[in-house]
Amino acid sequence: MNLYQLSPELSLCFFAIVVILLDLFIKRKRLLAALSVIGLIISTIFTITLWGEQATAFNRMLVVDEFSLLFKLIFLGVACLIILSSVDYVSRIARYQGEYLALVLLSAVGMMLMAGTGELISIYVALELTGICLYVLAGFLKDPKSSEAGLKYLLLGAVASAVLLYGMAMVFGLTGTTHLGEIASAMPSDGILSSPALLIGVVLLVAGFGFKIACVPFQMWVPDVYEGAPTPVTAYLSVASKAAGFAVILRVFYEALGPLSLDWSVIFAVLAAISMTIGNVVAIAQTNIKRMLGYSSIAQAGYLMMGLATITALGQSGLVFFLVAYAFTNMGAFIAVIAISNKVNSDLISDYTGMARRAPLLALGLTLCLVSLTGIPPTAGFMAKVYIFSAAMQYQLVWLVVIAVINTVVSAYYYLRVVKVMYTGAPASEERVPSSGALRLALSIACLGVLAIGILPGPLLQIAEVAMSALIGVFP
Amino acid sequence: MSGHYLSIIIFLPLVGAILLAFLPKLGARAVKLIAAAFTIVPFFISATLFFMFDKAAGGFQFVEMVEDWIPFIHVDYFLGVDGLSLTMVVLTTLLGFLAVLISWKIDLRVREYFAWLLVLETGILGVFCALDLILFFLFWEVELLPMYLLISIWGSGRREYSAIKFVIYTILGSALMLAGILLLYFTAGTFDMTQLHLAGVTPALTIIFFLILFGFAVKLPVFPVHTWLPDAHTDAPTAVSVILAGILIKMGGYGMIRICVSMFPDVALAYAPLLAALAVVNVLYGAAVTLRQTDLKRLIAYSSISHMGYVMLGIFCLSELSLTGATLQMFSHGIITGLLFAMCGLVMEKTHRRLIPTLGGLARRMPVIVAVFSVAGLAALGLPGTSGFAAEFIVFLGSFSSGTFRFVEVYTILGVLGIVITAGYILWMLQRVFFGPPKEEDEHVEDADRLEMVPIFALVAVIMLIGIYPAILTDIIKTGIAPILG
Repeated sequence: MNLYQLSPELSLCFFAIVVILLDLFIKRKRLLAALSVIGLIISTIFTITLWGEQATAFNRMLVVDEFSLLFKLIFLGVACLIILSSVDYVSRIARYQGEYLALVLLSAVGMMLMAGTGELISIYVALELTGICLYVLAGFLKDPKSSEAGLKYLLLGAVASAVLLYGMAMVFGLTGTTHLGEIASAMPSDGILSSPALLIGVVLLVAGFGFKIACVPFQMWVPDVYEGAPTPVTAYLSVASKAAGFAVILRVFYEALGPLSLDWSVIFAVLAAISMTIGNVVAIAQTNIKRMLGYSSIAQAGYLMMGLATITALGQSGLVFFLVAYAFTNMGAFIAVIAISNKVNSDLISDYTGMARRAPLLALGLTLCLVSLTGIPPTAGFMAKVYIFSAAMQYQLVWLVVIAVINTVVSAYYYLRVVKVMYTGAPASEERVPSSGALRLALSIACLGVLAIGILPGPLLQIAEVAMSALIGVFP
Repeated sequence: MSGHYLSIIIFLPLVGAILLAFLPKLGARAVKLIAAAFTIVPFFISATLFFMFDKAAGGFQFVEMVEDWIPFIHVDYFLGVDGLSLTMVVLTTLLGFLAVLISWKIDLRVREYFAWLLVLETGILGVFCALDLILFFLFWEVELLPMYLLISIWGSGRREYSAIKFVIYTILGSALMLAGILLLYFTAGTFDMTQLHLAGVTPALTIIFFLILFGFAVKLPVFPVHTWLPDAHTDAPTAVSVILAGILIKMGGYGMIRICVSMFPDVALAYAPLLAALAVVNVLYGAAVTLRQTDLKRLIAYSSISHMGYVMLGIFCLSELSLTGATLQMFSHGIITGLLFAMCGLVMEKTHRRLIPTLGGLARRMPVIVAVFSVAGLAALGLPGTSGFAAEFIVFLGSFSSGTFRFVEVYTILGVLGIVITAGYILWMLQRVFFGPPKEEDEHVEDADRLEMVPIFALVAVIMLIGIYPAILTDIIKTGIAPILG
């Protein structure tokens, strides 16, 4: 019975191994991509059949609830879009396509486990599984920039892991357990300041997880890694990896450290303000679109952390809602970037001049996603911002909301600059930008998602609410 | 009264835009015909609503409601119009259609141009019809991207600078407004604009009032956040200038009445002297700066700032008459300035110049354009018999007699001085551009052709109609204003 609870991860693992093995015998590598997508779909079906269950398995290491299932669906969906949009891209790495696809699948398994464990050691193991796959993926192109990205990510990731492990050790030392629910009951009742060791532990946890979600001041790896890594991997890092980080943070902080919520919410509020401000301001100066989207993702992490800083049902479901909206939006933006950079072989924003002529639909899709990242209706980004800002307002974080809205203004400048470049100015050449059917499919899924959430946010809000109540049910 | 009239009016232009974007193989002419069709139908529907509107009953009519569109924060899809918003809707659909006609000669990326123009109209119409604050805000933001692209692609001069300046100003205003709206929700517990009436002057209400007011002040625009306007108006293509000056900035005035005055009556009263003073500054400063302009389009743009001062003065004198005047002034300014920009566009198109010192003596070459330009100019300076007179007269009458705060008469008299300056710059401009000795290079300049005459004569007719019989609008506006002041 326990294995059934693990079926989404197991099936995906199985497919990852099959992909590696078949890679040895198959000449037509596109079949591998198709196989990976099938694996993801099967895993998705398993995940959906588990919906509604509230169970634990393997001595409470695995938790199956709506919260973990929703996140698993996010990772599966993002991985699927990544594979679809990589079809053109992987021709550059012809020899290693099997490994590439398998690594994407395995890292998805890692993320799914991150969202689905209720115990510190398994969280760490899942985090490392994800991390190691992503280190390799970041350095996959083997050119100097990509190698630098891989190495940088590996080194800084290792430091972050060490910090995280140290934090976990502190918490374990003080409470005598690694199980999140039991940690909660061992928390001091008179606030975090009564126990300096616990304070250090919590701060180390924030630092370790902060690396994953790429918030300031743990963001220094972002621009270089985002720029150097293969673009689909960058997209993966900026969406799935970030979402996984938030899933773990939500799980650990609400379940294990829930009694201290008043203390750590302040930390997150301050980090949110710093992240969004630095991310947006530095993004203005960028000339490379991948770096720009990197800084933008730091800023978006800031908005997301507003949800962490808000200890209300509205804030938590707002965070989940924002994550889903962000996943669609950022994926859409990156998919368009993948297609365009395939053709023009450059990531400079100035090379996007006149792109609306050369690739009208790609430009329209990218515009929609940038508009959504800015938070202009009728897009998912707008709804997400309204929702998370109103949560923060309800929680009396007026100062944070004011900072956030001013940041929205700043961000409009650099997002719309890309739109401007694409729609004004003469293109460098009249040559059309080709895109494969798979990539167009991925882009249209992302754009339809952005519009659907922007126009009819109700259903997703309800799912987010259900997911969060499954998690919050643990603590008062 | 049911039926989804308002949704149809709002979304028809959007449907047109989607068709334009995705229909394969459209010739330029077909594009323009589609755009015209999808703007004239909303105009006819809104005109029908205007006559169907039950003036005796007043209040919000043609209401549409889909509850819990966004659950948990209880946002509804809630539309409805009263006398105030219906006036604005009619203005929008009218100018929306005429803007399509005015743009008939556009030949650069025709399809995109008309698609964005139609999206823009949807956004503006939504603002005037929304009765839920979040829905209102959503439509408020829709206008940003189309406007940005319309100015930066089809504009002239420093168009990219002007476009981004417009966006940054607007988004700053709307960002603070969003903060205000959310704060309002958690103070009052609803986004329903028909339910929100918050009495009293508390620090919280004052903060909310000014956060929201800031968004409208940027849009109206109010000194000192007006500097985006001359740039955007000057560099936008003609039809977009018409929309900008004609309806877009009216969203600011509309919002001030609908939200600031109606929901925070006591705060508005407490700060009325300050805001009325700002309005007078707007009138006089705007008019003084206008005098100095040498660019024809920029001159009209600055005159808008001055004229919007009257609107704000009317609003914050808070009497029924002054608010009615302010609304009528918004409508009247919409058609007059719309016409002025259209005429500027014609002069530029025919002569390829717009700096006043380089123009002169055009009267002989283009009699129709001169006549219409003069009518528009005289209407702008408030000549009796034009809508400008009716509107400004009611504003001044209303504010002078309002007695809302001390020395309100002084404010009014200072405001009236604006008319004198207006007469100065309008007549001087007409003299420099059209009279005097004709220039040699204008020998072969043509007058307006038939197609161009349609929109301009239509606007002249409306200006005259309102000027001679303002009650056609004021009767309906009053039904909207009366409940606001309770």
